Amino acid sequence: MLALQILIDGFAISALYALGATGFTLIFGVSGVLNLSHGAIMVAAAVAAWAAASVLHLDIYTGALFGVGVALIVSFATYFAVVKPIQNSTRIPNEEKEIFVLTGTLLWGIMIQELIAYFFTNNAKTVLPIVEGVVDIFGNRTPRNNIFTALVCCLVIGLLWLLVNRTRTGKAVLAASMNPRGVTLLGLELTQIYIVVWGIYGILAGIAGVLLGMFLGVSSYSVGPLTASAFSIVVLGGLGSVSGSLIAAFVVGYLETITAYMISPAYRTIPALLLLVFVMYIRPQGLLGRR
Amino acid sequence: MANFFTSRLFFISLVCVVVAATLPFYVSGYILGLLTVAFYFGVFAMAWDLLFGFAGEVNFGPTFLIGTGAYTAGILNNQFGWSVYVCILLGAVASVVAGFVLALPALRVRGPYFGLTTLVAVLMLQNFVVVFADLTGGEIGLTIPDVITINAGANYWIALGFMTISAAILYGLSQSPVGLVLQASGQDPVQAGALGFNIVKHKLAAFIVSAFFSGLSGALLVFYFGTASVGTVVDVAVGVNVIVSAVLGGRRTVLGAALGAIFLIVAGEFLRPTGELATFIVSAVALLVVLFFPGGFLGAALSREARS
Repeated sequence: MLALQILIDGFAISALYALGATGFTLIFGVSGVLNLSHGAIMVAAAVAAWAAASVLHLDIYTGALFGVGVALIVSFATYFAVVKPIQNSTRIPNEEKEIFVLTGTLLWGIMIQELIAYFFTNNAKTVLPIVEGVVDIFGNRTPRNNIFTALVCCLVIGLLWLLVNRTRTGKAVLAASMNPRGVTLLGLELTQIYIVVWGIYGILAGIAGVLLGMFLGVSSYSVGPLTASAFSIVVLGGLGSVSGSLIAAFVVGYLETITAYMISPAYRTIPALLLLVFVMYIRPQGLLGRR
Repeated sequence: MANFFTSRLFFISLVCVVVAATLPFYVSGYILGLLTVAFYFGVFAMAWDLLFGFAGEVNFGPTFLIGTGAYTAGILNNQFGWSVYVCILLGAVASVVAGFVLALPALRVRGPYFGLTTLVAVLMLQNFVVVFADLTGGEIGLTIPDVITINAGANYWIALGFMTISAAILYGLSQSPVGLVLQASGQDPVQAGALGFNIVKHKLAAFIVSAFFSGLSGALLVFYFGTASVGTVVDVAVGVNVIVSAVLGGRRTVLGAALGAIFLIVAGEFLRPTGELATFIVSAVALLVVLFFPGGFLGAALSREARS
């Protein structure tokens, strides 16, 4: 009984983690950027969806769409205002650009977080779920929203797979992640591929953020933990490997759920952190990472 | 090294320290208190710069070292009532041990992986503090019965003296052959290794020196505050402030990091009337510096001097 409950609850949160981490790892794979404003973008999406419903009195669907739109805009803003200037800067030596991108996006994330806190306070906000009520699965009362969350996550990840593997644009993105120089030699503009990737990332982070807002609720305090969890999932799976991130997301999601149910919710994150340290020690490139 | 004592930087630093030392005679206790915290923060930032600016490693976990030193000193004082100085020393020792433990797995990996390992260390420490609440005071914080002194002026001088000595040692180290090897291994580890330098040994040494000063400063800080809490010495946000200070002041300059920290603390205080926007403004300024003056305050000033 408990096992089934863990299985059901863990699936929704794992799927949500997977969706959040996929965009993060995609950007790293293609442009080598670790976007530390990730959590801020997710929270911005959720808060926008919440504000659309409770301040602007839009209906739930428009609100969710609005949240995703805001995430898309913030994602492009991150690229154009922070990442691109650093990548193109002549004053920053090439070997230090990675560190500057980390610092820059970190600061950008804090700015977004503070703006959200200023305009919408630090209080936790829960976006109204699109589907309500509970269903009974073999005696376990499960909110319909959990199932909805899991389904949407799987659907979006499936669409992403189709996009990357079956369309021309997607193949260009995939090629850029394998060999950026080769792609430019084939006559594709690398900047355009980056813009596409940041667009995909914005949509993914937006959907993940809005779903998180419906599932657990968010506040501006969630920014740091969200970034940290995406970062650890992505490193655990192997930086740049999307399938690795998916596996890692489920490992972390279930590990947290099991700990929360079997031991105590207070220890929720500890086993995942220990696992991460362990994996870093024996296999620094992560589960499916390439060196 | 010899020409350093005749350089302009040395004289400017000397004048700054002398002027700073006279402050308790004519400014209020409020400003002294602010600067005391800023000086300890300056040591955090300088210790971080040694590891990042020179060894080229993004350490997201400065607060792991700071927090270990601070909490060890605090707990020893709280539980056993040992003298303040013994506690501070043991705090620094604990921090060195923590640095060693962290460095062993962390130095096997590079770049983002290193960053994450150090970040995880902070999150673990934070969890530890919350889980073992009987010992550490949990989220409320640890009360520390003793303080070094309650005289604002004396506290200020201790902080200033400590920062000056730390700065001298860390700056000297960064300009020494060890510092140059560190810098070389940060820029091109393969080539530095090929030249016959043991990179891991040098980085480990940098880690330990950084840990020692972070821990010592953390321990001194809790005896100044009279309390240790996650929010003041462990939280990732504190670590972010340390990083921002070092980048703002100019990485690879050591002294710039202290300057950045003092600026950050004082600016935060001046912006207090703007309420919740203070952090936003400070972050925005830091981002602009990162984008347009990647060398930071001191980096920009030094390169101008070098050009003229």
